[in-house]
Amino acid sequence: MCRIGSIKSKVPIPPSMALHLMLPQQEGHDNSGFAMVMQDLYGVFSAYKDKPLLSLACTQRGADLVEEYMDSHNFTQVAEWLPVPDKKSGLDIKAMPYYIFRNYDYPEDAAQMTQKEREELLLDTRLALRKLLAENNAGYVYSFWPDVLTLKEIGDPRDIATYFRLWDDNGCLAAKSIVAQCRQNTNYDIVRYAAHPFFLEGYTLCANGENTFYTKNKEFQSHLHRGYIGFESDSQCFLNTLHYVHRELGWPLSYYKHVITPLPFEEIQKRPDKDVLLDIRESLANLEINGPNTVIAVLPDGQMMTCCDSKKLRPVVVGRTDDRVAISSEVCGLNEIMPDRDQTKDIYPNEREIVVIDNDLEVTRCEQ
Amino acid sequence: MRAVKTQDISCNDLTWKIEYDPSRCTMCGSCVASCSFKAIHVAVERRDMTYSEAETPMPVKKHMARPVIEQVASLTNYCRGCGMCEKVCPNHAIHPVRNPDTRKTLLSKDSGPIKRGGRTNLNAQRTLDAIVVGRISQMTDPSLDAARHTFDIRSPLGRVLAARDLPLKVENGKLVPSGHTPPVHWIYPLIFSDMSIGALSTRAWEAVALAVGYLNEKCGLPVRMSSGEGGMPMGLLKSDYLKYFIIQIASGHFGWNRIIKAMPQMVTDPAGVLIKIGQGAKPGDGGLLPAAKVAEHVQAIRGVPKATLASPPNHQGLYSIEESVQKMHLSMSAAFGFRVPVAIKCAASATSVSVYNNLLRDPYHVCGGFFLDGIQGGTGAANEISLDHTGHPVVSKIRDCYLAAVKQGLQGQIPLYGGGGIGMTGNAAADAFKMMCLGANGVFTGKVLIQLLGCVGNEHGRCNACNTGKCPTGICTQDPRLVKRLDVDKGAQKIVDYVLTFDMELKKLMAPIGNSSLPIGRSDALVATDKAVADRLGIQYVC
Repeated sequence: MCRIGSIKSKVPIPPSMALHLMLPQQEGHDNSGFAMVMQDLYGVFSAYKDKPLLSLACTQRGADLVEEYMDSHNFTQVAEWLPVPDKKSGLDIKAMPYYIFRNYDYPEDAAQMTQKEREELLLDTRLALRKLLAENNAGYVYSFWPDVLTLKEIGDPRDIATYFRLWDDNGCLAAKSIVAQCRQNTNYDIVRYAAHPFFLEGYTLCANGENTFYTKNKEFQSHLHRGYIGFESDSQCFLNTLHYVHRELGWPLSYYKHVITPLPFEEIQKRPDKDVLLDIRESLANLEINGPNTVIAVLPDGQMMTCCDSKKLRPVVVGRTDDRVAISSEVCGLNEIMPDRDQTKDIYPNEREIVVIDNDLEVTRCEQ
Repeated sequence: MRAVKTQDISCNDLTWKIEYDPSRCTMCGSCVASCSFKAIHVAVERRDMTYSEAETPMPVKKHMARPVIEQVASLTNYCRGCGMCEKVCPNHAIHPVRNPDTRKTLLSKDSGPIKRGGRTNLNAQRTLDAIVVGRISQMTDPSLDAARHTFDIRSPLGRVLAARDLPLKVENGKLVPSGHTPPVHWIYPLIFSDMSIGALSTRAWEAVALAVGYLNEKCGLPVRMSSGEGGMPMGLLKSDYLKYFIIQIASGHFGWNRIIKAMPQMVTDPAGVLIKIGQGAKPGDGGLLPAAKVAEHVQAIRGVPKATLASPPNHQGLYSIEESVQKMHLSMSAAFGFRVPVAIKCAASATSVSVYNNLLRDPYHVCGGFFLDGIQGGTGAANEISLDHTGHPVVSKIRDCYLAAVKQGLQGQIPLYGGGGIGMTGNAAADAFKMMCLGANGVFTGKVLIQLLGCVGNEHGRCNACNTGKCPTGICTQDPRLVKRLDVDKGAQKIVDYVLTFDMELKKLMAPIGNSSLPIGRSDALVATDKAVADRLGIQYVC
């Protein structure tokens, strides 16, 4: 069982806070990796919030390939942050030679594009880079999106943090939204793409659990969208479904829950909106999930949300202070980073709700 | 002494031989009276007996004529192995025994192709038994509790639209309907298959219908029953219970005169319409109701004289699948105001995927279900050559159809129902579960139902006399004396109990794989102990 966590804050926070949220929950677990997606960036990226940021881990050859590709596709580099790793001996990390975080300006012809077309361009570029790097066994590209940074690595999360000097809190990396997780895949092969959080066109998601409808989800999603690829982990299906329901179909977020954990037929029959709910259940039966799960996600507009499987078989708790809200698999994580919060206001989401945190940190519980 | 020719039929030429013990027989006559095939009769045999009645041995030799029960050596009145004689004998004096030396099939061709009922006796292989539910939730995810958790065991019947095509719009943060969607009913994934009034006795049909009513009204299981080709009683057509029935239209269109006449008085819609194109037991053949079973009430329902009713192999006037879609589906949909799902039933065939593709791609979105009937399906009457030598197993074909839909991203849009041999070994739940993991939305079964009513026929050549009008259990006959043998209430209760257990058993299979909804297409939940089966179906081979 994974542990997952996220923090949404009114003031920028360093990644170390995410580590402090996660590490108390890791006791007794394999601590086999660290992965995080930071959104609404500050620090070195403050000035480039509207410029797509490429998050990459690669070999020298990979770096060359990416540069060549971006040049030939008229993306112009506007900023770059290369972490200077602490390579002291004894660290448990399977580091890649290079970690590149680079802001680009759009190609000139993007000026005539709609917002949506620009977003599609970013996705296509990321998919092309991924293919290129995979074909050459030269690295991994995690995200290419404005104001979004992704870091994933295999090893002990504490050592990974040391390697990237995340404990230093030197101000380089800071964000108002961080989603994190501290293990590598335990069900399938350990590959970096299988480590959540996953990112797709503004949507970030990580999940704690086992999606036993993985095969169904995967077979269905493979034909829904070109961005639904990889499937290195059953948890990716959650992100694809969120993206499909919210972005592709344009349905309100509350329907995500109706898709992944539909109400039992008996309950649907009692609802005034039963026709709509039945339509959804019929048409998207293959996106239903089963098994124990908790999901944490961030939407393109910055809202953060969490929900659980229909039998509430995985834990999650939401804690808040005046300037911060955190979601955590276990309450010990919250106690670490917000010990003075009012614990009576902690929310333990039930199996039939989505808890949404908006950009003003208002917490809304949406009954399914 | 009578002359015997070597070509004469003897009991040893027949499929079953009667074993009779005169020393146990009390001459009550029950066996002869109960044998609807007149395969046994009372005969007289000469017996030589030496006996003594004195206190000391005083042997006396006596010649006697003794009445005995004798098997009839005939290719028409032959023993079917039904065992009614054994059942009624108070003294265990008589029973049929399978004869391995039978020459019956060889010798029975004098009056044309052999006809019989039942299912194939040659191709009763059990692919499903080489498959095991092998993906058990252990530690990575918890198994569910079959007794305590809730399970959502429902399957769609009707044309499902792609989410993108749903007429929905967003108003005040909510989705609201903005147009018509094809009717879809969520039903129990076990459909009672089409057995007509005519093929079944009225009482047997009534027993099945009674079970359906009880399962719906008292048990909350939305089990649906197909009428079979041959119409339905007027009272039922005009009742509220019609909602539990899927009305079938087959190539003979039998019964539809009355159905159409009843439409203005219908108080509810039927659960669906099933267009029967073909039947797994005898693909390429139409329905067949021998004259012996066309009783007065059957004549009345179907509007026919007493004659053998042979439905044509095709729906007349349909020369292509496009026409089928336009004429049959649309007219049937229109007849019920586009409120009733219209599904189609075909015999499984090497061409099934082509048919399914055509239906999936039809621009009208009218096909509400694809019922595939495999070679192991039963029938009331067919040529034995069709039963044993034509057809296609359903398991791989359901899988093929599902994967064809997956390949196009269209899975789930036309629900797949598989039948033909489901429950052959008595465990319909296991069969249904595996079929669903392979891609079926549900299953349909008929033979199991009549076996629950008392049918003793099986795929090893027992009875299979459904075509004769002499069904010894009163199920597949219209002879009032035979029909009386069937206890309707007891039969209905047996079916209800079976389905309730089916439901519990389904949960016992869903729980260990951690699913509270039906695992349609969850092939990862299955493993096969046969490499060829594993490879063919795309599931894991285990040993």
